Amino acid sequence: MKTLRRFFQRLTSWTRSARDEEILRAEIEDHIARQTADNLRAGTTAIEARRQALLKFGNVDAAKEIYRDQRGLPLTETLLRDVRHALRRLRRTPAFTAAVLLTLALGIGANTAIFGVIDSILIRPLAYPHADALVGIWHTQPASRTGISNCTPSMYFTYREQNRTFQQFGVWNIGGASVTGSAEPEVLRALFVTYGVLDALDEQPLLGRWFSPADDAPGSPETVILTHGYWQRRFGGDGSILGRALTINATPHKVIGVMPEEFRFQRDPELILPERFERGKVNLGTFAYQGLARLKPGVTITQANADLARMLEIWLRAWPPPPGFDRAVFQEFRLGPRIQPLKQEIVGDVGTVLWVVMGTVGLVLLIASANVANLFLVRTDARRQELAIRAALGAGRRRITVEMLVECLTLGALGGTLGVALAYAALRVLVAKGPDTLPRLHEIRIDPSVLAFALGVSLLSGLFFGLIPVSKYAGARLAATLGGVGRTIGHSREHHRARNTLVAVQVALALVLLVGSGLMIRTFQNLRDVQPGFTHPEEIQIVHSSIPEAIAQDPARVMRMWDEIRNQLAALPGVTSVGFASAAPLEAAVFGFRNIQSFYAEDQTVQSGQASTGRELRLIAPGFFRTMGTRLIAGRDFAWTDLYEQRHVAIVSENLAREWWHDPSAALGKRVRESSVAPWREVVGVVQDVYDNGMQVKAPEFAYLPALMDRYLVFDHEYVTRGGAFVIRSSRAGTEGLLKDVRQAIWSVNGRQPVSFVRTLETLYDQSMAQTSFTLVVLVIAGGMALLLGLVGVYGVIAYVVSQRTREIGIRIALGARRAVLLRVFVRQGLLLAGAGVALGLAAAAGLTHLMSSLLFGVSALDPLTYAVVSALLLVVSVLASYLPARRATVIDPVRAMRGE
Amino acid sequence: MKETDVRQGTLALMVLKTLDVLGPLHGYGIARRIEQISGDLLTVNQGTLYPVLLKLEQEGSIASEWGASENNRKARFYKLTRQGRKQLQAEARSWEQTAAIIERFFAAKVQDLK
Repeated sequence: MKTLRRFFQRLTSWTRSARDEEILRAEIEDHIARQTADNLRAGTTAIEARRQALLKFGNVDAAKEIYRDQRGLPLTETLLRDVRHALRRLRRTPAFTAAVLLTLALGIGANTAIFGVIDSILIRPLAYPHADALVGIWHTQPASRTGISNCTPSMYFTYREQNRTFQQFGVWNIGGASVTGSAEPEVLRALFVTYGVLDALDEQPLLGRWFSPADDAPGSPETVILTHGYWQRRFGGDGSILGRALTINATPHKVIGVMPEEFRFQRDPELILPERFERGKVNLGTFAYQGLARLKPGVTITQANADLARMLEIWLRAWPPPPGFDRAVFQEFRLGPRIQPLKQEIVGDVGTVLWVVMGTVGLVLLIASANVANLFLVRTDARRQELAIRAALGAGRRRITVEMLVECLTLGALGGTLGVALAYAALRVLVAKGPDTLPRLHEIRIDPSVLAFALGVSLLSGLFFGLIPVSKYAGARLAATLGGVGRTIGHSREHHRARNTLVAVQVALALVLLVGSGLMIRTFQNLRDVQPGFTHPEEIQIVHSSIPEAIAQDPARVMRMWDEIRNQLAALPGVTSVGFASAAPLEAAVFGFRNIQSFYAEDQTVQSGQASTGRELRLIAPGFFRTMGTRLIAGRDFAWTDLYEQRHVAIVSENLAREWWHDPSAALGKRVRESSVAPWREVVGVVQDVYDNGMQVKAPEFAYLPALMDRYLVFDHEYVTRGGAFVIRSSRAGTEGLLKDVRQAIWSVNGRQPVSFVRTLETLYDQSMAQTSFTLVVLVIAGGMALLLGLVGVYGVIAYVVSQRTREIGIRIALGARRAVLLRVFVRQGLLLAGAGVALGLAAAAGLTHLMSSLLFGVSALDPLTYAVVSALLLVVSVLASYLPARRATVIDPVRAMRGE
Repeated sequence: MKETDVRQGTLALMVLKTLDVLGPLHGYGIARRIEQISGDLLTVNQGTLYPVLLKLEQEGSIASEWGASENNRKARFYKLTRQGRKQLQAEARSWEQTAAIIERFFAAKVQDLK
């Protein structure tokens, strides 16, 4: 109680300290006057009386100081005073302050921004209610290439009906949907969901309702839900949209709902359509859907996995195999349960990159802080005399420590504030312009935990570069320092040790970052050196289009329309050649669907367990390979007659031919097929491998079939590719002019069908390397900064040593020392520092770079060449950095140097 | 006997008692009284006195006001508040107890403890 009361008294008196100070002064004056008067009465002279009174009172200032400590809130007061002092001192040295603030702002800003990204993508829960309970349903499939598999329509029914651990369950798929009928026809990213998916996500629609089981029933009226973005873009947020009809894939769909603005889903769909399975027609096959479930409260993933394992048994018995397949094939899959948190599924492997980047910018900040610490050491060294005098006048060690730390923390806080501003700006840019491949991009923002991180980093870095000078100077030995004033020779070794260590550490960290960026550069080169299976991607324009049944029913007629469009396109100015295929290279990674099917050769017996190894199928028209620049290794391309006469022919990729027949030319004449009910097709050509999944992934084994066939897969009727990609080789690729011509050409044959997924092959090629190039850019920038900072560090130390030893150098020169020898002394010192740093850095790099080995391609994390080049680079640069200041030493005029003392 | 500095806690008690006996008094007066009563065996360190006065005032045991003193000089007079009187009584009691206990210890002889 009393304590509390005192606190308030102190608090109020803190606010009126000027008046209190006056009262205290008057009171003490009164006290001394009375003492003087008493002394006078005792018979001393006036002067002696006053002297005695003052003596008796003791140190007035000390008394005042104690009194003041009692009166206000000393800690806060001195802190504020220290901050004011610090700011004043910082203002007096604008260059120093600006340099430090800029360094810190960049360092802290980069760290805050990256942490903001990590926090938003990896740490924060997904933006759904109780997102922890959301899981993706997958299966382990030991024999398949990826080791995992997704869900089939039959699994949807089994899991919905038999599960004991899901609160909600559904399957989904992403695809394109063409919207026609008004304005410009377009193809939109559509999310196809069964009943249960939206319910599991538990994100209420803004308008209207979710899909009900009735919407999934085949034959019921077609319905659609719009996302907020599309609703705004296309209908201007029209509130009366519900019940309107939208022509999607040439069929009218009734709008039944609009999702809220904050609704997010993978690959940013614009439309949500019901996925309709006909219960009577589904079988064990068609692994094309992703399962999504909300677990019942309290259910763990392990429990859910056990439940899934149980249901897999039921599923395998409950459904018929697809026509032409044996149930044993599905048993051979040996599917197992693999339920994973939805977040893991969405975030994917971007985590490694982000953590590597975080580590990188963390190291840069460390180097920057070391530099600042070094600057502070120099600064404090210059203040040695002042500090010693203050200590002699009674300033406590604690007092000086606090004051120095306050200065550093003030700098840290200012730098941090600037850094957060930078990070904020950077993240705004990232969200607006960032790559679509970055998951949860639009959720990135600075939230309190990011701010807390920034604050922590600022204070820590402030402490880091503050504690080093403090530990050296706060308790400065008076006699030594005062006595040593002005004598700059005889600096103890110990004084330099801190600075030398800092510089060596800087060089070491710079080496780690440079090795990292060196490895990324090598990776990038290796990726660029991969023969992708196509040439000059910048000349290839990709344009998707489709011919729905509403426009042309007959497959042969569809094919003729494609052919006609192709001819029109080939006649456009600047176009050298045109090809058509069901999909263009590298698109799978972007759109997320691949046509992977089982594939058999007549003379190859399928060993059990291997049966499921899928091959990628692509349906093409003649001229595709010529346009892409894919080399024919053996045989020939398809001819138009192959298509129109529906001949049973196929082309395989070189790696598939080698796997089966060891020699590409041996493949010609062999017979292959894509299902046990499909006709055997004769291999007429072997083509170069195409790196369809990105340059760092092994080229998949491909089989190419004609775009028009009498039978395909399990279909017992004519089959034609209704939606596909034109690849156009033209010097005008990527220009608006070419696109306009292309649209005209397509529409002249194919009504007003949408032209979609327009991009150049180069865009896809760059996108497939986006992760690598992003990491590369970050590491190279960080490495460059580290190199620069390390350089400044070495330069600073040598320059300082030279300036401290000016007098000694003067004497030496006067005594006849050769300048070249002096130069060598300093350069050797710089080299020694750098050498120690390089040695330290090599060890650290060897330990740290394996963390990024999953990002590397064709180069080991311990690549000797990179290590050697980087070490040499650092040593050379260090020699340069010490040579420049050392040269100053040798041009010293001995007379002036000695007079300067 | 040597002059001794007064310990802080004790000094507060002495200040309270002085004000209790003599009524409102200025800082110098308090210091003089304490020294006189101790027979000049104690010196009151001014550097300690004023902080103690401030502390007591902040705690509400004493109050101060500016008034004219004997020779028409303005001086700051301290006086005991009601709470201060209570505090004095409580502390006096506890001091007496402590003193009594200490005295008994010093008076104790070996045979008393057998």
